[in-house]
Amino acid sequence: MIHFLKVVAFTLLVIAGFWGFSNFGIPQVKPEAPPNEGAVDLGAMTMEQFVALGAKTFNGKGTCTLCHNQMGRAPMLDKVGAVAEERLKDPRYKGGAKTVEEYLHESLVKPSAFVVAGFGKSGSNDTESPMPDVSGGGVGLTEPELKAVVAYLQDSSGAEVTVEIPKMEAAATAATPKAEEAAPLTKPDAIIAKLGCGACHAIAGQAGTIGPNLERVGARLNKEALRQAVLDPDAVVAKGFQPGMMPKNYGDQLKASELEILVDFMASSKR
Amino acid sequence: MRANGTRPVFWAIVLVVVALLALTRVAHAASAPEIASAASAAASSAEAATPAVAFPPAPKLVAADYPSLRGVNSRVVVWLVAQLHLWFGAFVVAVPMFVLIIEAIGMWTRDERYDQMAYEFIKVTITAYSLTALLGGLLTFSLLLFYPHLFNYLAVIFKGSMFAYALLFFAESAVLYMYYYGWHWLQGGDRKWVHLTLGLLLNAVGLQLMFLANAWTTFMMSPAAVDAAGVFNGDTWAAIHNFLWNPINIHRAVANVAYGGSIVGAYAAFKFLSAASEKERAHYDWMGYNANFIAIAALLPLPFAGYYLTAEIYAYSQQMGITLMGGVFAWLFIIQAVLIGALFLSANYYLWCGMGRSDGACRYNPAIKYIAIVLVGAFLVWFTPHTLVLTNSELKDLGGPYHKYLGALGIMPAKNTAVNFLIVFTFMSFLFYRRSNKVATVPWAAAGNAAQVALFVAGLANIVVLGVYYGYFTNTVYKVAASVPQVLTTLVIIVASVVIDAFMYKGAREVAPLRWGRMPDRSQYALFLLAVAFTWLMGLMGYVRSGIRQHWHVSGIFRDASPDAFTPGLGYAASVVSVGTILFMAMVIFVFWLAAIGGRHPVVKGYWKVAA
Repeated sequence: MIHFLKVVAFTLLVIAGFWGFSNFGIPQVKPEAPPNEGAVDLGAMTMEQFVALGAKTFNGKGTCTLCHNQMGRAPMLDKVGAVAEERLKDPRYKGGAKTVEEYLHESLVKPSAFVVAGFGKSGSNDTESPMPDVSGGGVGLTEPELKAVVAYLQDSSGAEVTVEIPKMEAAATAATPKAEEAAPLTKPDAIIAKLGCGACHAIAGQAGTIGPNLERVGARLNKEALRQAVLDPDAVVAKGFQPGMMPKNYGDQLKASELEILVDFMASSKR
Repeated sequence: MRANGTRPVFWAIVLVVVALLALTRVAHAASAPEIASAASAAASSAEAATPAVAFPPAPKLVAADYPSLRGVNSRVVVWLVAQLHLWFGAFVVAVPMFVLIIEAIGMWTRDERYDQMAYEFIKVTITAYSLTALLGGLLTFSLLLFYPHLFNYLAVIFKGSMFAYALLFFAESAVLYMYYYGWHWLQGGDRKWVHLTLGLLLNAVGLQLMFLANAWTTFMMSPAAVDAAGVFNGDTWAAIHNFLWNPINIHRAVANVAYGGSIVGAYAAFKFLSAASEKERAHYDWMGYNANFIAIAALLPLPFAGYYLTAEIYAYSQQMGITLMGGVFAWLFIIQAVLIGALFLSANYYLWCGMGRSDGACRYNPAIKYIAIVLVGAFLVWFTPHTLVLTNSELKDLGGPYHKYLGALGIMPAKNTAVNFLIVFTFMSFLFYRRSNKVATVPWAAAGNAAQVALFVAGLANIVVLGVYYGYFTNTVYKVAASVPQVLTTLVIIVASVVIDAFMYKGAREVAPLRWGRMPDRSQYALFLLAVAFTWLMGLMGYVRSGIRQHWHVSGIFRDASPDAFTPGLGYAASVVSVGTILFMAMVIFVFWLAAIGGRHPVVKGYWKVAA
């Protein structure tokens, strides 16, 4: 009986050890909630808001940044607007697009129409893309979302935005992050995560390099300047960086209290 | 062996082949009604692939479509029951595999101890088999109750194979009972061949059952022959033979053997600890050693099967692959590293303790501490995360989320190198154990040893060079390219070394006999750790395999709209897995207890109320 009790105690101890390590030894990352499917009022949108919807879809539901990031899994898209015309003339191009907008749309639903050298499926000699058709399968972007992503890609890569905002009838469903809009966020990390600041800036443990490093930004800028930098990023552009890179619609996305929390956080980042 | 003894083997093979062909026919025939009722006997397979009756699209559900019971979390119930069914299923599929091999070894060597051990293993399986069936029934009821639309969708597509599964279960039961209850009846002469044939048939049916169940699971991950709306447009075989079916089949078959070995190892350990005599202690020590050997032998190729499965997941869907390895589940692999580290360290510790059975092992004792250092070092490399979780001030002090030096150990090439080191050095432990009581007498023994040393040194250097070059000096997309040649190097070391050893130690002189039973009690706890860690690890990996579907019942075509559609976090999953492991272990203890009392035949005076 004593051996039985010893074995039971040992077993429970081992299980408790694994459980404890899983709960307290590693960060508890909370997975994102499934995307909501609901109607969105496209008719009331400005082009800036439509581009912002594209950015949100690109970084969220579209899961584009899983591969299109600096890890080298898929080509970066920061210049895709500029190189699209060259690709249309490339002999390897096998799609039917005539314009940059059509090319970008096609690359989302028929990714194998043109595969960037070195990024094809293994053994396909760059004729087949590993990227899925994002209008179906697990991603399932709707037509308005596809158009919004195309608008975002044009905008973010410095090309002219030619996409027209779809009419309401056509925009049956699109992702709306209802939960995010329900209540203002109160933690700077959550606000930074919501805006995706870390994609471009080094801030709050994230290491983006596209924009200025914000780890010690409080030592350089006061609250007034920080508020301006969020709401009107091109008013003063940091040395060595280009204007027009940062979205100008954070004023629309942030609630007033969230903006102040974010500004306070950055102002306190001095060391 | 007698020449005329080969005849039953021939008939056994014929029987198994016919059975397998018949099953394939059953699977196809059972799907015939929807294929074409008007199809003529000469209908081509191309025609058969076009269903005459249209399949419905995947239902679009809302939360209200999911029945609920007050106070019952339907997902947790289904999760726990499915996991318990899987643990027992893995055990009862695996044990007959090595029971068959042990029985055959007993026949080959004419050593009856093997036969007794094989019988004891299968005895434990009998009760576990009943529990597997009961849990399977409970899982079916749970799915019907809580996820009726999902069950219905899958049943419409898989009805042919589900019917075949039910028939196979009857076949499995019949063969298992004949195999177990006929063990002593079918002893001696050609009757033993009949018994061995039953064992072969038992394994064939058991694997078929597992493959069919795997098809339903993998269809949910990588659906085949369906359009974007979820309308099924193929035959049953197309649904079974989906993209991830074979990778899961291979991974589960190997893992099951390792798992089965670890569970019977725990059984032997418990019997060893509570043995009443030296003879009994020696028997269960020997049984525990064999169980550990089986577990390690299957554990060594398991990481490779895992790599293959992961590569296939990436090949099927890069998005799914990245969700698995780089998304929310990335930290799960640090937990996995702890568990696999525990498995390797406990298995090695048991081997080192086992060297105490022979006085001849003292020659190798000095090397053990170096093996231990390498194993711990490799474990720590595997354990090192890439991105550190830091407070803002820590982040500023460190200058980024990656440590200047240790950050380099966080990427896959470093971990691939580490796991190959774990495997090679575990094999080295086994090699030392195997030699502990012997001295090679062949004239070329010195040269053979030198060749083995050269093999290990060159192989390990190759593993390091491949890992460092591909990991740190090539383009990112080639970072994991070294994994295949690294694996091949490890396999070459193991296979070539086994071949050299086999010839070198043929007719070797025994310098100090193995004294079975001369093991410290603490060594047995290594076997318990092995069993518990394996169980917990299987539960964890079951969570991630299912979790990468995210909010989909069937990836990309059938959305999960239940209130529990969210992906649970790691801590929550760890809690469910821990509860499941405790339940499973309690049931296993019950199974062991039944096996123990089944063997007791106390001599009593009189019968019931009859006076003595």
